This record gives sequence, structure tokens and C-alpha cells, in this order.
Amino acid sequence: MTLLEIRGLTASVGDKPILRGVDLTINPGEIHAVMGPNGSGKSTLAQVLAGNPAYEVTGGSVKYKGQDLLEMQPEVRAQAGIFLAFQYPVEIPGVSNAYFLRAAYNEIRKARGESEVDPLEFADLMEEKLALVDMDPAMLGRSVNTGFSGGEKKRNEILQLAVLEPSLGILDETDSGLDIDALRTVADGVNKLRSKERSFIVVTHYQRLLNYIVPDFVHVLSSGRIVKSGGKELALQLEDKGYEWVTDGAATAEVGA
Amino acid sequence: MTAPVGTEAVVDRLGTVTAFDEAFRALEEGDDSDAPASVQAMRASAFDVFRRIGFPTTKNEDWHYTSVAPIAEHDYLHITTPSGDVQRPALQRFMFGRSEWPALVFVNGRYSPELSSLDELPRGVKVLDLRRAWRDAPELVRELGQITPYEGRAFTALNTAFMNDGAVVHVGRDVETDTPIHLLFVTDAVAAKSMMHPRNLIIVERNAKATVIESYVSLSDAVYFTNAVTEVVVAEGATLHHYKMQREGMRAFHVGTIETQQGRDSHYFSFSFATGGSLTRTNIYTALAGEGCGATLNGLYMLDGAQHCDHQTMIEHSQPNCFSRELYKGVLDGQSHGVFNGKVYVDPIAQKTDGKQTNNTLLLSERAQVDTKPQLEIFADDVKCTHGATVGRLDEQALFYMKSRGVSRDLARQLLTYAFAADVLETIELQSVREELERMTLKRFTKLEGP
Repeated sequence: MTLLEIRGLTASVGDKPILRGVDLTINPGEIHAVMGPNGSGKSTLAQVLAGNPAYEVTGGSVKYKGQDLLEMQPEVRAQAGIFLAFQYPVEIPGVSNAYFLRAAYNEIRKARGESEVDPLEFADLMEEKLALVDMDPAMLGRSVNTGFSGGEKKRNEILQLAVLEPSLGILDETDSGLDIDALRTVADGVNKLRSKERSFIVVTHYQRLLNYIVPDFVHVLSSGRIVKSGGKELALQLEDKGYEWVTDGAATAEVGA
Repeated sequence: MTAPVGTEAVVDRLGTVTAFDEAFRALEEGDDSDAPASVQAMRASAFDVFRRIGFPTTKNEDWHYTSVAPIAEHDYLHITTPSGDVQRPALQRFMFGRSEWPALVFVNGRYSPELSSLDELPRGVKVLDLRRAWRDAPELVRELGQITPYEGRAFTALNTAFMNDGAVVHVGRDVETDTPIHLLFVTDAVAAKSMMHPRNLIIVERNAKATVIESYVSLSDAVYFTNAVTEVVVAEGATLHHYKMQREGMRAFHVGTIETQQGRDSHYFSFSFATGGSLTRTNIYTALAGEGCGATLNGLYMLDGAQHCDHQTMIEHSQPNCFSRELYKGVLDGQSHGVFNGKVYVDPIAQKTDGKQTNNTLLLSERAQVDTKPQLEIFADDVKCTHGATVGRLDEQALFYMKSRGVSRDLARQLLTYAFAADVLETIELQSVREELERMTLKRFTKLEGP
């Protein structure tokens, strides 16, 4: 069964249309890279799928596991297996990372009709997950993302992803602001979480990340539409030729349309 | 106009004898007025001031946002004998899980030797109740009334007029202790319709380091009036961590003033935690009277229902090269009213002053209200002073972030509210106190027992 089916999705911020008709189909186990120049709507697509109320969906449809995703509250989407790794993870001073993660984990378990885990059981689980992203256990005692370096924040996002085990992970420019070592760690974490059932949308500006997280499909978003799709080799072509190579064509097509 | 003969001293301008007059006369004439002549003279002079100026009105700039009419309209009894039925186990929940800490306990305004425990007092630290101090150790109370003026200040004048019970803490030169001294003022149902005027004096001598906790708590929901004054001296090179816990009964009135005099290179850390009372006012004043001092005044107030809670702070930079840091946070629900007035005064000679003041308020309901008024008066030209105040609701971005991890809207709101408050609790150095306040705060907003 198709995991995610986006049809003619349009969305705006305030009065400004950002997405102008996105079509995208994702099957279980696939990794789709969404690339595009700044302002093309990549992050908007990620935020809209997670249900950020700052973006208004103005048209189109999104089916997730056969359900109308756009009707679901953000927490319900998360409970149903959607996870967005933020480009700019939010700092929450005063709530410890461990407490937040356990609260989220238990809310998701509750929603699935599973029993909550106590702090001791959770600590065992965390030990395994921390190793996956090579993270210092001391980070669990700190407030969520507060005072974390850019790399620590991104690593923390992947840790959350590892704990919450979503069906669809959306990585929103997870590579931005990372040095090569941090990038490799984060990518390794994601790769270990790949499975036949789990799909990813990897939103990125640069091809660099896709050396480490190898996608099955690459889509180029420009002016709020997917203007070109292909295999992983498309990312390399974009690296060589720049976005103008495809987006100029899109602009021309738009004018001609 | 028809005052009985011989009672001129207790007749006010309108010719009526007030409950305060009667209580004051009873104190002067009472059997237990074993105060030294100097104290008696100070009381009389302070009472004259109170009678002359009366309670402040909202026309008084310092009381602009807080009407004390509800306090003024009651007649209070002055409890002069030990009273109440408070047993040690009932005090456990106010002890931060550390019942071994030395504690001086006062019940309904009177010192309770039975409930106090001074066995574990650190070497070089003296803790006495006020009456014993002026009888047995007058050298320890020389500063009494010297730090806090009562002229022009009705509540301090009233406290001075009635001062009889309270704590004297003396930390000797070079004594460094991590054991906090707990001053616990508790009321029970017997306190109904009465007033208490605790008067404390804390002296931290040169290069000493100490921690003092002042708690005002209640075992009942009686209407009573606490009017406390604490004078503090932090001498040259000394450090004092000073916690004030205002957890009065929900119908109580509380006015409390802490006034501190700091010597050269001293450090004063104050934390004011306020959740109790129906109408409360806390004043925390410190004078950076020597070079190289630091003062950190932080606080958290959490209100609900029709509670009114006012904090006024004053940091007086009167010497160069001092710093001050101030962070006050408020969480207001229901139709509560929070007030924060933070004054910073920088004397013309106080060059290189480094001051930062912040007041953040989180409003949880449409009807909650806050008045925040930073007041910077800077007369030196080479200083760095900033202030900022925010009033807001929960951060939508953070709410979305938490929800995007599956956390329900309610729990996300609860955790963010807790987080807002816990941010300032993190500045508390004393672990047992920090953890207890975090636990209380978490429970207040999430009904959870703790992370």
C-alpha cells in the first residue's frame, strides 16, 4: 500500500502562496530526496506534512496510510507515525531531554493502545538509542536543545527519531550547519534506521548529504512545484549544473503555460 | 473626641482608638515587654511614624499597583502568648526533605523552642530568637533598626513598633558553611484575625559564607496578617544565599521587607518564591555599599484565583565596579494580578556598574493581569545597565514542536508552563530547595510527580 500520496497540494504563509501544486507518492521503505533552491518551498512542504499551524493549506489532498492527513492534528500525525526532524529545533529551557522524550514516547504508545513505560525501562531503551547516534548520555539531563551546538541539536533530532520509530521520517535540511563529521554521524544514524517499512523524505539544498543517505528518488522543487524527478544520479547532475538547469525550464514552462 | 483620660498617646487624629493603638499599648505595658530601653524607644518612635503616615494609598508611587485597603480595613489581634497546636510532623512538608537543617520555628508569630532545632548548628554560627538575643547577647543586635529605616514606610514602622519575636543569625568572621539556617514562620487556625510582625536580623561577618531560608507558611486558610522585616548585613568579602518562601494561607495578607547592606567584595544571592496569600507584597532592597560587590535577585511567583502578588526590588549601586543580576518570573492564572517594580539606582560615583534586570510574565488566562515597571535611575556615565520585560502566552513554535513529537496539546501546554517557571528555579544553588520547588511547580502545572 502507498504510504503517502500528495496530490495538487497548495499552501501559503499569510497571503503568500508557497506551494503551488505538489504531487508526490511515497511507498514503504523508500527514501525520497526533495531538493531545490532557497525559497522553492522545500521546508514548507516538510512543515505542512507535520501540521505546522503557521502554514495554511489552500488546496489539494494528502493521504497517509489511506487517511486524510490534513484533517489530523500535529500530535495525531506524530502518533500515527510521522516525524519531522526540524531544520531549527526549538529550545525548551526547563524541560529535560529525558523527560520530554519519555513523555513523547509514552503518548505515542498510549495512542497505539500500548502500556506506558516507566523511567527505568525507558533508560534501558535510551542506552541503545544513544549509541545509535553516538550521543553523550549527559545530554539527556539537559534541557531540550537548550544551549546545544548546531550539531548537537541535529543529533538530538535523530535521537528522537530513533526513539519514536516513525513510519515516515521527514528530515528538513538536517545537513544545514553541520561539519562533515557531524553530518556523517547523523547520516549513519538515519541509515541504521532504514527498513523495508520505514520511509524518509530528505529535504536538502545540497547534494552532499545524499552521499551518505542514498535516496531512491530525487525530486527538484522550484517555485512550489516539483519540476523534475529522477533517481539518485539527478542529485549529482544538480551538483554539477546548478539548479538553473532545471528551474529555468520550469519558469519557461510556466510562462508558456 | 471623647478619648478616655490618660490615653492621648493612643488616640489618632480622628480621635478614635484603633486596634493598633490598643495592641501597642498592651505591648508597652504587657508583662513580656522585656525589651531593652533602646528597643522600647525605637518602638515608640516607629509607632508615632505609623500613626502619622497611616497605610499607603495607591497615590503613593511605591504602592501604585497595590491597594492595601483590604489589609487596612481589618482589626487584628496581636498574639502575645504562645499559641496554636502545631506538631513537628506537620512541618515536615516545609523542610525540603532536610529536617536535620537547623531551624528556628515560630508559630503564629511567637518563637517556639519546642519545634526549633539548633543541634546541628555549624561552628561559628549563632542563631537565637530576638528576645533572647537582646537579653543575652545584646552585642549581636546592635544593627537592629540600623539597616531598614521606618520613616516614611508604614509597614516597616508598624513592624518596628511591634517587634518582639524573630530570628537573629550571626555568622562569624571567616566561617564558611554549606548548612542552611531555616527560619520557619508557620500559622495555624489560631492565627485567624491576628497580626504578626516577625523581625529578623542576619549578620554575615567578613569573608564568611552562609545560607538562610526564610519560610512563611500556613496550616490553615485563616485570614491573618504577616508583616515581616528582615535586616541583613553582608560584610566585606562575605557571601549570603538568602531564600524567601512565601507560601502563606490562601486568604492571608503578607507584607515582607528584606533590606540588605553589602560591604566591599560581598555577594548577595536572593531568591523569592511566592505562591501564597490573597494580597502580598515582598520588598527586597540591597545596597551595594562597597566596591566590587555583586547582587543577584531572582524570583518566581505563581498565582491563581484572585490572588494579588507584588514584588518591589531596589538595587542601589553606590560604589564603582559592582554588578547586579535580576530575573523575576511570574505565571498568572485565573484573575490574579502580579506586580513587579524593579528599581536600580546608580550613584554618580558608581562607575563601571554592570546591571541587568529581566521580568518575564506568562499569562495563562485572559483575565490575569500584570503590571511590570522597571525603574532605572542612572547618574554615572560609564555603566552598562539593561532591563527587559516580556508579557506573553505560551510559545506557539514550542507547542508545535512538542505536538510534532506526539505530545498532546494539554501536556505540551503543561510542560511549557512548567518549563517557563523552572527556568528561573535552575538558578537556585541549594539542591534540596531547587528540587523541592521544581517538584511543587511540576505538580502545580502537570499533576505529575516529577521527571
